[in-house]
Amino acid sequence: MADAVVTDTSTPTEPGWFRRNKLAIAPWIFLIPALIFFAIYVVIPIFESLWLSLYEWNGLYDAEGNSTAVWVGFQNYVKLWDDPNFWTSLRNNIAWLILYMLAVPAGLFIALFLNQTVTGMRFYKSMFFFPFVISQVVVGLIFGWFYNPDFGVVGTVWKAIFCEETTNILGNTTFRCERPVPDILSSEQWATYGIIAAGLWPQIAYCMILYLTGLNNVAADQIEAARLDGAKGWKMLWYVVVPQLKPATFIAVVVTVIGALRSFDMIAIMTQGGPFGSTNVLSHYMFEVAISEYGERYGYGSSVATVLFGIMLFFISYFLWRMYQDEKGGR
Amino acid sequence: MFLNLKTAVAAIALSAVAGTAFARDLVINFDDLNPGPKKGFEDAVEKFKAENPDINVIVNINDREAHKTAIRNFLTADAPDVTSWYPGNRMAPFVDAGLFQPVDDVWEENGFNEDLAAIKATMSRDGKIWGVPYSYYQWGIYYRKDIFDLLELEEPQTWDELLAACGKMKENGVTPFTIGTKFLWTAAGVFDYINLRTNGYDVHNALTAGEIKYTDPRIVATFDNWEQLINECGFVDNHASMSWQDAIAPFANGDAAMYVMGNFSVDGYKNAGLTEEQIDFMPFPTIDPDVAPAEEAPADAFFIPTNAKNVEDAKKWLAFVARPDVQTEWNKTIGQLPINSKADISDDKFIQEGFALLNGATGLAQFYDRDAPAAMAKAGMEGFQEFMLDTSKKMDVLQRLDEVQAEVY
Repeated sequence: MADAVVTDTSTPTEPGWFRRNKLAIAPWIFLIPALIFFAIYVVIPIFESLWLSLYEWNGLYDAEGNSTAVWVGFQNYVKLWDDPNFWTSLRNNIAWLILYMLAVPAGLFIALFLNQTVTGMRFYKSMFFFPFVISQVVVGLIFGWFYNPDFGVVGTVWKAIFCEETTNILGNTTFRCERPVPDILSSEQWATYGIIAAGLWPQIAYCMILYLTGLNNVAADQIEAARLDGAKGWKMLWYVVVPQLKPATFIAVVVTVIGALRSFDMIAIMTQGGPFGSTNVLSHYMFEVAISEYGERYGYGSSVATVLFGIMLFFISYFLWRMYQDEKGGR
Repeated sequence: MFLNLKTAVAAIALSAVAGTAFARDLVINFDDLNPGPKKGFEDAVEKFKAENPDINVIVNINDREAHKTAIRNFLTADAPDVTSWYPGNRMAPFVDAGLFQPVDDVWEENGFNEDLAAIKATMSRDGKIWGVPYSYYQWGIYYRKDIFDLLELEEPQTWDELLAACGKMKENGVTPFTIGTKFLWTAAGVFDYINLRTNGYDVHNALTAGEIKYTDPRIVATFDNWEQLINECGFVDNHASMSWQDAIAPFANGDAAMYVMGNFSVDGYKNAGLTEEQIDFMPFPTIDPDVAPAEEAPADAFFIPTNAKNVEDAKKWLAFVARPDVQTEWNKTIGQLPINSKADISDDKFIQEGFALLNGATGLAQFYDRDAPAAMAKAGMEGFQEFMLDTSKKMDVLQRLDEVQAEVY
């Protein structure tokens, strides 16, 4: 670069083009690496998968290396409309979106609770933050075991209450239960909620940490003034503290919405979309039809991905618009 | 440094040239890293090398799941000369994309048409034969012999005897069957057997080939029998949250007495502390005496990719792996059954019983998820699981499978 600048200035009469436009160009030079990678790993694949969703393809190339894809137009989307698994996945996505929002108020209350000076507070804070630090896969495994009707906490507690220990025909210990142990992850009705509960655990921790940092910036003088005016408890929280936490709330909602829509790890670990597809969400269903062992329908998978992308785009556009409005407002 | 690099490159290039000049490379991709299967394969490779000193065998062993993903790339991008894969519908996508080459001549020259006759239909597609199998194993009912003895039960031969035996087990607080359907495929084993016994191999084959609907009265009859099995025999609770290994626990504890499974599960029983005297094998009982016996026997095979560079030696390997002496030794190591009818078997009792069973079979199914196309298999197995959890959904499930079938084929 230094060389380039030197050669540019070697014409003494007037400054070179690069020199004149330095301020306009410099940001782009810094942006180029990021833009290249963003294009390669995000933008181009998006268009590729949009394009692929118009084909029927099992992911194979023939011996000469030509793709075996067949153009089918919008047929994949027509199929999607008639596919009960797709609607189940979409319904579950909506359940995730709604219930995941609980993480925002729950995170706020834990943050308020932890926002005090007690000895060992750092320790408690880190304990509450812990689930966010460990991998989603581990969280899924822990909750999978927790729900297990045979050896999990749920099973053990249930057995202690409703079952009696007897010996079976061979003299080995076994349990006879008045009511069968609830098998949460194998129940069509409850499995999705079981996974969402597991997902909330780290998500609440995430929202909590956002609010904890937000609480540091709450103006003490306003609290003081409100207190002098007689504000207390809920009123203080709702009219004085929460409005000041607006930026934190905004970010918490954004990450929670995105987290809910991209939920994949927990489902893959805890149920693989089962029992019989009833806990699928769009992201996992897309994986299942396109990439998993019984899938290999890349075109169809891409059409699922496109629908998910559309939903995400809606939320992301809204969030970006909000952010833009806020910035225009001069904050 | 530059000089060093140059000489190194030159040396490598030279050795590569020398390598191809003196010995022909034969690249084989294999799909099992478990100690037994790996040893069986490696022993065979050693033997092959000893017989063919002029062939330089290069072996890539991957684990099963990784192989399933990798094969989709390497067949096009960097094809080995031989790869292991599975017959039935599992080979169909590759055959249809022109990625495997037919090996009818290998079968012709080595007399495999007679020696491997039982598996020929499974290895064929579009009137050509696409690979050579080296091993298979039987499915059936593994049961607790000690529980049967305690209850004075004989191996049930017929459906009614099975239901009667189940009744006696339940009276004594034993759940007749264990199963773990979390990963779905185990339920397909039960379905395959009930369907093979109710309707026979041809109907079963026509179903997995998409020629018969799931709401066909014959298939509904299969599900009626299955419903009877669930109601009068019964499976362990919570089977939808167990893998097939988890389901061994109630079997080992004596809470459940029978397990519809493949022979690979014997290791699992032994690891759970059961001795060979406590467990035994029986064929799945007859339902309709007029239906010819057909069994479930998934095979493992070798195929030659279209892009193979050394086809001549690849065919030598294919001929080698189906030879009676090679199959005898290989299958003794891995505890499975040789397919070549001239091969010998080990004196393991499960292998002996399996050999007798499969020799008497008129047809060999490859397992539902290999016989049916992937998308159908997935929907089918989910349907089986749903049905097992709630038998009242029978007709809903079958109708949905019809819709999937109409779309897949």
